[in-house]
Amino acid sequence: MEFFADLVLLVDSTLRIATPLILTALAGLVAERAGIVDIGLEGKILASAFAAGATAAVTGSPWLGLIAGIMSSLALSMLHAYVSISQRGNQIVSGMAINIAVAGAAPTLANFWFKKGGQTPLLNDESRFSALELPFSDFLADTPFVGPLYSDIISGHNLITYLTVLAVPAVAWMLYRTRFGLRLRAVGENPSAVDTAGISVSALRYQAMIIAGILCGFAGTVLSTGLGAGFIRDMSAGKGYLALAAMIFGKWKPVPTLLACLLFGFVDALQGRLQGIELPLIGEIPVQFTIMLPYILTVIILAGFVGRIQAPRASGIPYEKDH
Amino acid sequence: MVPGKLPYWAENILLPILNLMAALLVSALVIWGLGEDPFLAMALIFEGAFGFEEAISYTLYYATNFIFTGLAVSLAFHAGHFNIGGEGQAMIGGLGLTLAVFMIGDTFPVLAVVCAIAGAALFGAAWAYIPAYLQAKRGSHIVITTIMFNFIASAFLAYMLVGPLQRPGGQMPESRDFPEGAVLTPLNELMAAVGWSFEEGPMNVSLLIALFCAWGVWFLLWRTRFGYELRVTGQNKNAAEFAGISVPRMTIIALMLSGALAGMMGLNELLGEQHRLLGNFTLGYGFVGIAVAFMGRNHPVGIILAAVLFGALYQGGAELAFEMPTITRDLIVMIQGLVILFAGAMEHMFRKPLTALFMRFPKREAV
Amino acid sequence: MSQKLAIETRELSKRFGEVKANDTIDLQVHKGTIHGIVGENGAGKSTLLKMLFGFYQPDNGDILINGKFVRFANPAGAMASGVGMVHQHFMLVEPFTVLENIILGAEGSRNLAEAKRKARIVLLELEEKFGFDLPLDTPVENLPVGVRQRAEILKALYKGAEILILDEPTAVLTPQECVQLFELIKLLKAQGKTILFVTHKLNEIMAVTDDVTVIRAGRIVTRTETKTTSSSKLAELMVGAKISRQVERCGEARGKARLKLVDVSAANDQGHVSLKKISFDLIDGEVLGIAGVAGNGQTELLEVVTGTRPVTEGFVEFSDKVVSTTDTITDPISLRRAGMGHVAEDRLKTGIVENMSAKENIILGYQRENDFNQHGILRRSHIAKKADEYFENQDVRPRNPSLMIGAFSGGNQQKIVIARELARTPQLMVIGQPTRGVDIGAVTKIHDQIIALRNEGKAVLVVSADLDELLAISDRIAVMCEGEIIGIVPVEVADEQTLGLMMAGAKPAMISVGEA
Repeated sequence: MEFFADLVLLVDSTLRIATPLILTALAGLVAERAGIVDIGLEGKILASAFAAGATAAVTGSPWLGLIAGIMSSLALSMLHAYVSISQRGNQIVSGMAINIAVAGAAPTLANFWFKKGGQTPLLNDESRFSALELPFSDFLADTPFVGPLYSDIISGHNLITYLTVLAVPAVAWMLYRTRFGLRLRAVGENPSAVDTAGISVSALRYQAMIIAGILCGFAGTVLSTGLGAGFIRDMSAGKGYLALAAMIFGKWKPVPTLLACLLFGFVDALQGRLQGIELPLIGEIPVQFTIMLPYILTVIILAGFVGRIQAPRASGIPYEKDH
Repeated sequence: MVPGKLPYWAENILLPILNLMAALLVSALVIWGLGEDPFLAMALIFEGAFGFEEAISYTLYYATNFIFTGLAVSLAFHAGHFNIGGEGQAMIGGLGLTLAVFMIGDTFPVLAVVCAIAGAALFGAAWAYIPAYLQAKRGSHIVITTIMFNFIASAFLAYMLVGPLQRPGGQMPESRDFPEGAVLTPLNELMAAVGWSFEEGPMNVSLLIALFCAWGVWFLLWRTRFGYELRVTGQNKNAAEFAGISVPRMTIIALMLSGALAGMMGLNELLGEQHRLLGNFTLGYGFVGIAVAFMGRNHPVGIILAAVLFGALYQGGAELAFEMPTITRDLIVMIQGLVILFAGAMEHMFRKPLTALFMRFPKREAV
Repeated sequence: MSQKLAIETRELSKRFGEVKANDTIDLQVHKGTIHGIVGENGAGKSTLLKMLFGFYQPDNGDILINGKFVRFANPAGAMASGVGMVHQHFMLVEPFTVLENIILGAEGSRNLAEAKRKARIVLLELEEKFGFDLPLDTPVENLPVGVRQRAEILKALYKGAEILILDEPTAVLTPQECVQLFELIKLLKAQGKTILFVTHKLNEIMAVTDDVTVIRAGRIVTRTETKTTSSSKLAELMVGAKISRQVERCGEARGKARLKLVDVSAANDQGHVSLKKISFDLIDGEVLGIAGVAGNGQTELLEVVTGTRPVTEGFVEFSDKVVSTTDTITDPISLRRAGMGHVAEDRLKTGIVENMSAKENIILGYQRENDFNQHGILRRSHIAKKADEYFENQDVRPRNPSLMIGAFSGGNQQKIVIARELARTPQLMVIGQPTRGVDIGAVTKIHDQIIALRNEGKAVLVVSADLDELLAISDRIAVMCEGEIIGIVPVEVADEQTLGLMMAGAKPAMISVGEA
């Protein structure tokens, strides 16, 4: 039973940890399907984590924090869009630049406003997106199997995690069932075809980046006001890059990407559990090695399973009418 | 698109200056937004970087780091790839030089230094090998893999420093001191030996090594057949194959050389100043290399100049944080990001109006 | 003829930088006719079309559609006026089905399922009316070129095109597919559509158009009814001078088989079989032309011969030495040292490095030779000297090897490339698309050089999509279709029609198959 209880805890943690990953990966997916490579996901979620944490600390409302988070992520998304689309700049460099600039700007502003050496103040429960208990969760808590499944795994997450569950089918529906989605997918494969069909390539790409910006806004917000209780410098810890790996692993499709993110979330939850545990034969694994797990997994995935997978054909290439 | 309508000096001096000005302008706005006087801040930075001899020593000391990492990013870029793993390669390079020093430093200090230089380069190259191999043979995106390797290196270094290499009796994540003599001489001592008195400071022999490496990279890229093949690979993979160059092999070698250069950054910090191995000693300098490479137009001369510029920003920034406590060193990181944005991603932004400006005035020489 | 004008342009002009792509064009296309526009590469045909379709905006002048002044800000405007265009490089989204490609931009509903349903009904009607039979639900990437083109035409018709503009439609078709296309065009004309047809092939103009406009260097040179003119007259007008297509060939092929392919098979980058048991001999002193519609394995054949693609079956012999088998492959540098020169098919993609100077480009492929580098260090003054020599020999303009090679015109680039390959006096010269993107003056010189090589007793392998070119310079012509050599024909008995049949895969009994 101990094992089962452990498993329940693990799955519960997985869902929680995977939330920002899923949102970020969806953001990267929407952008790249439209032909824009977005390495700057890391910077966007860090920026929105800061904005949300700072705003929630000052106003006491996580909702205002969410708005601030979305606005800041959107602003950076538009910057990247401007550089990539209108300026036809190198998209990878632009993304990295944004990541570095945010890594510097966020603690600067945090220190300036809160004087805590780059953090924002700790948030109390009212200022956060705290755990929501679904109806009957107390009532069902002790029933075998269904109980823990419902009360511990399904119930008890923050609002944004629940929204994320809806986000995946929403993005899938947008991509495959709407006119906008058809055009978005087209512009990432052959922008000339879209242009000659009389539709603006730039407008489509900007719209895709708006969606990506909003998704990242949610991701960053949940980091500092859902999973955590405030902004800490560098708190994104590479999640923006892990999300990219998940997206590639998921072949730029929403549901496989979701599964990949869950895998990452699971490994991250696992490494938390493994800390301090004595394994047979090996003994205790030093904490530094368990920390490495998600990153090593990413490399293995990129090495092993990707191979010659086809990205959207026009991905990363600035669009110019040829002469 | 065929660029190159701008004269040489405009392309390689004027443009970078414009990019820098744009970055500084945005930063000035941020400083102003924080309630401080941007002009005062800039003046403090300048004064703090060059105002006194010890400051210059620090500025050039930081610049040394950036020359190494800037050359690393630039060399990889010439081969057509983006090496963002400078941080991790520098860390592992630092590990390499530490091992060399500890193994023979007690008995053969001078030899240990030589081995340390080799060790830093070799370990840095080795750390770049796996991402390079995966990119060349499996098409795995090198940006993501090198960033992952940065995190892995950081964790590994942390492990070494609280485990096998930890200073006995201490709780800090650092190693014991390097043996006496198995270090790089500070430059002020060398200068004193030739009669030039200069204030004590962290600037050390690795600056000369870095300058030598800059010359070496220039010579390699533009004077050797290997360098030619590397540049062709970076410009046009199909043409490279056409010319009989093995693109996967060249990718791996180029990235390993890049890793070696990044690995040598540790020589400056550890062998030249700290004289022991520290956790996270790289302090983000691997990423500064990206800014330096772009500002320096991926040419060693430009890289040296850009490295000095950033060294000034870091040293001046430290002094600034002293004088204006509201502004932390993180601001310099933000400026760095902005420089990469303008010089790297938005490089066309100034080029078009500049080209239009030059087209207005008739050319003197016939093409 | 007081027919209404479907398209009229008045003093239409457009320039790109210094170059006047279109200069005061007065085009007149009568309604319900098939109108041909003909001109050389770079004459300005594409630019004109793109302005008619709203892709570019004119600098000066007016466009009238059906007598009304129009100003298209983008293709949507053109489509609204009933102008549809089929581009030379198809505007199709590979992973999408034919149906999805057709409705893109004209979906008719925000809900995709509904849009597809409605469109299907309309399309089935159109298909019936015009005799199409397209697999609407097949992804385009799985369809052959001819079918893709028909999908493009159906797309234009679906969007209500009354005026159809076709840009070099026959470039990717076999002669038989061309015939089918022409029949479709005539059917469309019978239904009242107006067709504007751009090509640089004169026989097509003569075969199918009612009127023809000749463009040279951005201006209209003549407008006439097709039946009152002839191929040779049009050719003169296109070029501005009498062209003599006679090339002096002397001597017979003699001696050894310089290049020998025996049952060579190979796969392309996607892993599909692209060469199927190719066998032929190339003798010293002859030019062997490889004909065929682009994409039938010619590229892979060149790669196999020049050492950048391995064989999956069979072997390749060069100068009596086996250079490529299923286990081994000789790299391009060794092949060059053994006397093989290679002028790449796609100059910009493979043959030169655009952003490097011409000087640096002349050592491409030869950078390891002792005269260009010593112990790994480049001999720069020697390279500079050689560059000057090449420029002089080939009369490259401007005479400045330090310039970036991308700044030179296509013809001059090709001259530099040819100089580079000829300088080693190769015994075998492999050339892909010798005169693509090259102006007519340089074309003659290049053909002369190929013949000169042959007359000196060298072996030459030429792959070209231009059948006229091959007929002019080859001794024998091998036709490829779907990765196979359908037959090898001595040029004396070769004619366009038979070759065309072979390009489509048919093996006429009258032509002897095999090596001559």
